[in-house]
Amino acid sequence: MSETLLIKSARLIDPVAGTDTVGDLLVLDGKIAKASAAPSDARVIDGTGLVLTPGFIDLHTHLREPGQEDKESIKSGTAAGARGGFTTLCCMPNTVPAIDNSTVVDFIKQQALEAGPIRVLAFGAVSRGREGKELTDMEELARAGVVGFTDDGSPVATGHLMQSALLYAGQLGLPIMDHCEDYSIVKGLGINEGWVSDRLGLAGYPSAAEESIVARDIALCELTGGHFHVAHLSTAGSADLVRQAKAKGLRVTAEVTPHHLTLSEEWVLGTHGHVEPDAVVTTAAYETRAKVSPPLRSLSDQAALIEALRDGTIDAIATDHAPHTYGDKATPFDEAPNGISVLDTAFGMLMGLVHAGEIDLPTLVQRLTAGPVSVLGERFIELATLAEGTPADLVLLAPDEEWQVDPKAFASKGRNTPLDGDTLRGRVKLTIAGGEIAYDGLDGLNA
Amino acid sequence: MTTGTMPTVEAKTATMPRRHVLDLDDFNKAEIETILDSAEAMRGVLGRDIKKVPALRGKVVLVMFLEASTRTRVSFEQAGKMLSADVINISGSGSSAEKGESLLNTALTLQAMHADLIVIRSPQSGAPYFLARNLDSVSVINAGDGTHAHPTQALLDLMTMRRHIGDMAGKKVVIIGDVLHSRVARSDIYGLAAVGANVVLSGPPTMIPLELLRGTSEHFPDSVTVEPNLDKAIEDADVVMALRIQKERAAGGLLPSMREYTRRWQVTDARLARAKPGALVMHPGPMNEGIEISSSIAHGPGSQIEEQVTNGVAIRMALLYQTLAGAAHAGPMGVEL
Repeated sequence: MSETLLIKSARLIDPVAGTDTVGDLLVLDGKIAKASAAPSDARVIDGTGLVLTPGFIDLHTHLREPGQEDKESIKSGTAAGARGGFTTLCCMPNTVPAIDNSTVVDFIKQQALEAGPIRVLAFGAVSRGREGKELTDMEELARAGVVGFTDDGSPVATGHLMQSALLYAGQLGLPIMDHCEDYSIVKGLGINEGWVSDRLGLAGYPSAAEESIVARDIALCELTGGHFHVAHLSTAGSADLVRQAKAKGLRVTAEVTPHHLTLSEEWVLGTHGHVEPDAVVTTAAYETRAKVSPPLRSLSDQAALIEALRDGTIDAIATDHAPHTYGDKATPFDEAPNGISVLDTAFGMLMGLVHAGEIDLPTLVQRLTAGPVSVLGERFIELATLAEGTPADLVLLAPDEEWQVDPKAFASKGRNTPLDGDTLRGRVKLTIAGGEIAYDGLDGLNA
Repeated sequence: MTTGTMPTVEAKTATMPRRHVLDLDDFNKAEIETILDSAEAMRGVLGRDIKKVPALRGKVVLVMFLEASTRTRVSFEQAGKMLSADVINISGSGSSAEKGESLLNTALTLQAMHADLIVIRSPQSGAPYFLARNLDSVSVINAGDGTHAHPTQALLDLMTMRRHIGDMAGKKVVIIGDVLHSRVARSDIYGLAAVGANVVLSGPPTMIPLELLRGTSEHFPDSVTVEPNLDKAIEDADVVMALRIQKERAAGGLLPSMREYTRRWQVTDARLARAKPGALVMHPGPMNEGIEISSSIAHGPGSQIEEQVTNGVAIRMALLYQTLAGAAHAGPMGVEL
């Protein structure tokens, strides 16, 4: 139900207008309206010390439904999105069955409508059954509403298939998002090839195995004129390749996850931060909750990713939210599936970059809103602005509030986070989607 | 960017007795010496007519091998039985692992049966750490995990070296072959660093950790270097240790051919002649004679390969004793021998 809300004296950051001011904003009939038009019965929220921005847009969410509802459902996943300040989630097609036909897209749209106000946009599979052989019926999927194509979880299997996909999707004006991992080098490994993998006696996923596919896809992008979007870019070398491709004027975009920006390979040792290479391996090591693909990389990769995010080489922050059950991850390292449950903690993790002076808040907000829109297309521009008359997809943030990560309190079914017990500084207070309150964390203070 | 509590990294002066033996990366020289002393006493029991002492009577030791092995499994079983523990073998075949039960549930089940100690061999690196983290009343001894660690093998290697060489400080040990996939080499590296020995690794570039090849390693002890040319690596070595080459590595693209491997890295008479006179020849077994080691060397005068096996039983007795009874008795020498 759409609310009438008057948010007063908040810091308003509008990435599309490029403004950063203190002021009031009215939510009326599901839209953003002029504050002076507030009716007397509007709920008033004191935004003093808080930041109001367009709701975040996640290009990369695993909602697991249909097929793996023990890990997540559209209802629990959108609730976690709301908790994290995301009003739009782009769900990945590695469901069971895969999102490779319009019936599955219709099912997801229906489930999302029933779940609540959070907008769910689907990515379709590149290949039928995600098997890497035949293209899906891309035009039919586009008509059903998919916003792009990906075989995420796996790379687009061959250069030939990628070439065809870029041509077809390009004609439809949609991106091909690729999970860039060269299976001829490694497959499915959730730890970086480096000193930690060496210490733990685990086979590692080298940066080169990501970069070789990024390079392949950029070359094919140039050949076809299509739109190639790099999923969860994780290495310094990949960032360089994208930077060069953009300089050439190619339609190449990229996303990076909160965990690749803020965590490093050492987290697999169970250390919650930096540790010297000669430290003893403890029983906290082989931390399956830090097992993710692409893996958490080195500290120098992390620094290069932050730089690429800052300079615009990387367009968007996307969570790659990958919920799993307790039992999935309560195994020896090799057996555990890849993935981190990110939605609940994303903003707190990212605010760490702001507090450390790595990036300013307006740029961070841009990469969570207008940045993703630049990947999805201009038709979504209204979701990334505070302009009057646009949909009231908004998030109210407390940038300095500290809180402790307690996975048991997550809205997501996936409690698989290596941040368990850590303190984050930066918290989502209120999420409004289409004028409805999707998450209220104001604790009644403004009631 | 996030704050959290740093874990307590155990100092390298961990006091005995330990609850678990997972790897040698946190053992110092004094602790290793104490274990080797204890193992020497255990060797005395091995040489007796009646090979049994009551030290671990009433203790239950589970020997869980999720990967094929003869020597290490029998060695642990014998060690436990000679100390009068009740030893129960669990193998990968026919166990709950094959019925789809997770390792966690299997381990919790065994803990609920009041087992005192689990010896685990697993093809998965880190499996013993996983058990140690999840079990609160059972000790864990790592009998080899994936390509990570094999601490009891490293201790028996150190025992063999000490028996023949004495103090290993400044001595040169060359380890040859597939270091990258070798849990034995990894644990030996830490054990040898603790006793002050220098280690030279020699093998195909596809079988040496990349960080060592690139010269960017900060995580291996400084006493470890790489010399791909075995003729150079072996010069003046006090100990020559050949690792087992798995023949399927050639098919996997890691080796051009077994012929190329043997030509470059087989321990031969000519090569051994470049080592120090009387150098020890070691191999963790099982050997591929004629591949990583020539038959004449494997059965030659410098070969310690069978002694390694004997010392293995003694080391495992010492560790079982220390882990299960150490605190309650006067120390390792308190066994009624």
